[in-house]
Amino acid sequence: MALTRSALRLFSGRFTQACQVRGYADAPSMSLTFAAPSQVLYNNISVKQIDVPSFSGSFGILPAHVPTLAVLKPGVVTVFENDGSTKKFFVSSGTVTINEDSTVQLLAEEAVPVDTLDISAAKELLAQSQSQLASASSEVAKAEAEISIEVSEALVKACE
Amino acid sequence: SQQVRGMATLKMISIRLKSVKNIQKITQSMKMVSAAKYTKAERELKLARPYGIGAQEFYKKAEVKDEEGEKGQLIIAVSSDRGLCGAVHSSIGRIVKTDIAANPNTKVVIVGDKVRNILQRLYAKNIAMVVTEVGRKPAVFGDAALVAQSIINSGIEFSKGKILFNAFRTVVSFRTTEMPLYSQNAVANASKLPVYDSLDSDVIQSYTEFSLASLLFYSMKENATSEQSSRMTAMDNASKNAGEMIDKLTMTFNRTRQAVITRELIEIITGAAALETKN
Repeated sequence: MALTRSALRLFSGRFTQACQVRGYADAPSMSLTFAAPSQVLYNNISVKQIDVPSFSGSFGILPAHVPTLAVLKPGVVTVFENDGSTKKFFVSSGTVTINEDSTVQLLAEEAVPVDTLDISAAKELLAQSQSQLASASSEVAKAEAEISIEVSEALVKACE
Repeated sequence: SQQVRGMATLKMISIRLKSVKNIQKITQSMKMVSAAKYTKAERELKLARPYGIGAQEFYKKAEVKDEEGEKGQLIIAVSSDRGLCGAVHSSIGRIVKTDIAANPNTKVVIVGDKVRNILQRLYAKNIAMVVTEVGRKPAVFGDAALVAQSIINSGIEFSKGKILFNAFRTVVSFRTTEMPLYSQNAVANASKLPVYDSLDSDVIQSYTEFSLASLLFYSMKENATSEQSSRMTAMDNASKNAGEMIDKLTMTFNRTRQAVITRELIEIITGAAALETKN
């Protein structure tokens, strides 16, 4: 995971270098709307890069990324803002849309800043979900327990 | 006997006065409660708006159009269970009725009892599903997800779809609006879809299912705010009307009371005068 992330950063450096070589007049901007049903994190804010965890693999989004849709996996979203600061958020699930005009809509079912997470509570949730899976009877209950395990494992990982 | 009639009228007026005063107390307290619920609903709506608007962006940017086909239309009419809120439910019911009259091959998913009551008489066979216990507590995403899941599980197919709800504008006005709903086929055939990279039917399916829940959630939030503000206005008007009635009734009561007293005085004086002349 760390390897791919540093590989991504390397790639992004080369990308901007290539841009300079090609001589683009102005850097393309990317407008991010990152929201959950009960809170707004970014509303049409211009950012440099967004790393998202998705079921088709974690990837970084830069301006002029190819348009795509992806389904979010439980994990950490990292937003690199224009002033150089980095913010991390844990998302439980959701979708990400990248459009032709470089607008990005990141709609998460639940999103919290990573520093508000409590690792002991996350470990407890993981233990609970594992026992839930052991005692699950129906297919639906098993699937729900597996989702719970996936989220709590990602939570624990995000805290570390 | 006129005296008796006067007393009876007086009693009737005072009963009426008491009941209108009670009604005014009730409508005033309903207005206070709605005002509190409206403030909370508006706050939650402000937080939900970027989410709801974001959820519609893809369909606009990808220029998704309704599917060509004969599978009919799906309308999700978002409303609530509780009345006394002005034109909130009837405006939705009216639009659904004209829509069904124009396209008979329409299925309606009703969220909230009130619209069901409006549509049940004439269009009962168009009603696919009814969701109740709506409006008592503020909606959360889980509620919208539940409704979306039921719609998906029921296997309703449609070529054209929309969510009908009351969009909140200001405290005194709301607008009945529709948001388009697109089936998976419609998304797959969108003109700009090839621009989007590495999409398979799984991603499209997950995306449309999640956005159904998101759009439903957003419409519920908008509708709740419109409903509370409309109820506030309606109860305020009712209190004012009740106040006017109380003023009029009080005037009538006082006039009747004075008439009764005057009549009694006249009878006493006539009686006394009659006795005097006799002497």
